Amino acid sequence: MSIKGKAYIAGIYEHPTRLAKDISLAQIHAQCAKGALEDAGLTKDDVDGYFCAGDAPGLGPMSMVEYMGLKVRHVDSTDTGGSSYVLHVGHAAEAIAAGKCKVALITLAGRPRAEGMATGTVPRSRGGTPTPDDPFEFPYGPTVVNMYANCAMRHMYEFGTTSEQLAWIKVAASHHAQYNPHALLKDVVTVEEVVNSPMISDPLHRLDCCVITDGGGAIVVVAPEIAATLKRPKVKLLGASEFIKTQMGGKVDLTYSGARFTGPAAFAEAGVKPSDMKYASIYDSFTITVLMQLEDLGFCEKGKGGAFVADGNLISGIGKLPFNTDGGGLCNNHPANRGGLTKVLEAVRQLRGEAHPKVQVKNCDLAIAHGTGGSLGLRHGSATVILERE
Amino acid sequence: MSETKERKLPPPAISEETQAYWDAAGKGKLLVRKCTSCGQAHHYPRTICPFCFSDKTEWVEASGKGTIYSYSVMRRAPVPYAIGYVTLAEGPRMLTNIVDCDFDKLKCDQAVTVVFKPTDGGPPLPMFTPA
Repeated sequence: MSIKGKAYIAGIYEHPTRLAKDISLAQIHAQCAKGALEDAGLTKDDVDGYFCAGDAPGLGPMSMVEYMGLKVRHVDSTDTGGSSYVLHVGHAAEAIAAGKCKVALITLAGRPRAEGMATGTVPRSRGGTPTPDDPFEFPYGPTVVNMYANCAMRHMYEFGTTSEQLAWIKVAASHHAQYNPHALLKDVVTVEEVVNSPMISDPLHRLDCCVITDGGGAIVVVAPEIAATLKRPKVKLLGASEFIKTQMGGKVDLTYSGARFTGPAAFAEAGVKPSDMKYASIYDSFTITVLMQLEDLGFCEKGKGGAFVADGNLISGIGKLPFNTDGGGLCNNHPANRGGLTKVLEAVRQLRGEAHPKVQVKNCDLAIAHGTGGSLGLRHGSATVILERE
Repeated sequence: MSETKERKLPPPAISEETQAYWDAAGKGKLLVRKCTSCGQAHHYPRTICPFCFSDKTEWVEASGKGTIYSYSVMRRAPVPYAIGYVTLAEGPRMLTNIVDCDFDKLKCDQAVTVVFKPTDGGPPLPMFTPA
């Protein structure tokens, strides 16, 4: 069974807050849900499937189903970190195709800024029963940034990728963010500014890193017969794929991500190829994340990502592959330190023709959204969706 | 930049499955887990081989020699440190710290050798230093 054409994204919402000092976590989830349902032209009572991940308060979906007053017959709280919500879009389509629900709601919210979380530079604390990897990793001080940096270091060593090439990814994101009134960082930056920003963990500088923000978002995925009754532009799901990339028992290879598997699988299901994509939402926790995923998804050869992203090739209206036209995680928003959901949102805006006019891609009929969750340098979940404007 | 100040290292959370690994570390020995069915060593150690799923695995003492696969110097920390993967002579790559060295002179594929560093109340951690 394929999910091709079996589900549509009917509603989206991105919370405008970037610092949620006076809003509770559950409240942000619910505000996002309300926004996405209103965008779709649906109500809470239409929802019969609910999807969330580890950012939701409580055990799986139970607290939020109660808080929002939902009555659902299908739930899924698969957690693959920041990629969860891209994966949830695929799972929602599967559930819809199998007749388990017709209106699936996916929410994300988080307050790492308000809570003063040391997101990227301190090892995450251990809670409960340690994972089997924990004693062999935690004492050595792996952080989010230094393990992505390990990938960048090896990529530079094997392929000659440079800090200047990585910087172009941030430069492109900043060109887009200047038009997003909600973006945390709205200033256009130069390659020089990126490579001269403070070194956080070699070879990643401060401006190679994404922002830390509060906020959230929601997506409503519906069955074709529901989509047919709604007034919004129709965004159809063509393909979806997921993968868990590990250390493979010690056969560690930091030069590629799980996108090597999810990209080809999603493109095959969709019946399209990378060069057909008019727009790409690519997970951007760090500049290196984007570069490796672009290679793995098939937008360029392995090792040639540096040349591909350089010279503005990712800037809408200038380059060949407009990416993250909302400013992405690098400039706009990275709610809950999980950027997968916002990747889907901007892809939908592009396909609807509702991106900012300065960054809207002309005749945008095919787009990809891809997420990486966990740690690129330890173990991560990858998820890809291919979307079409009908 | 050379390493001057000492980092305080948290102890590993030892499970029943890997007690022997940490006991050996206390005696200055690095163990790897090897499968007698498929012949491959793996890391981190497990009783069931992650390659062939055989339960015929055993501890073998590693030579302590390896090369740096990749690394990063964590500058934004109270005491900067180098974290990376070392490819052991026995095959597996393990996450570790590179210590007792000039961080600015580290390179991928550089030869290193094991050293053990004390933790705060637990067994010492195997780390590596330029050979």
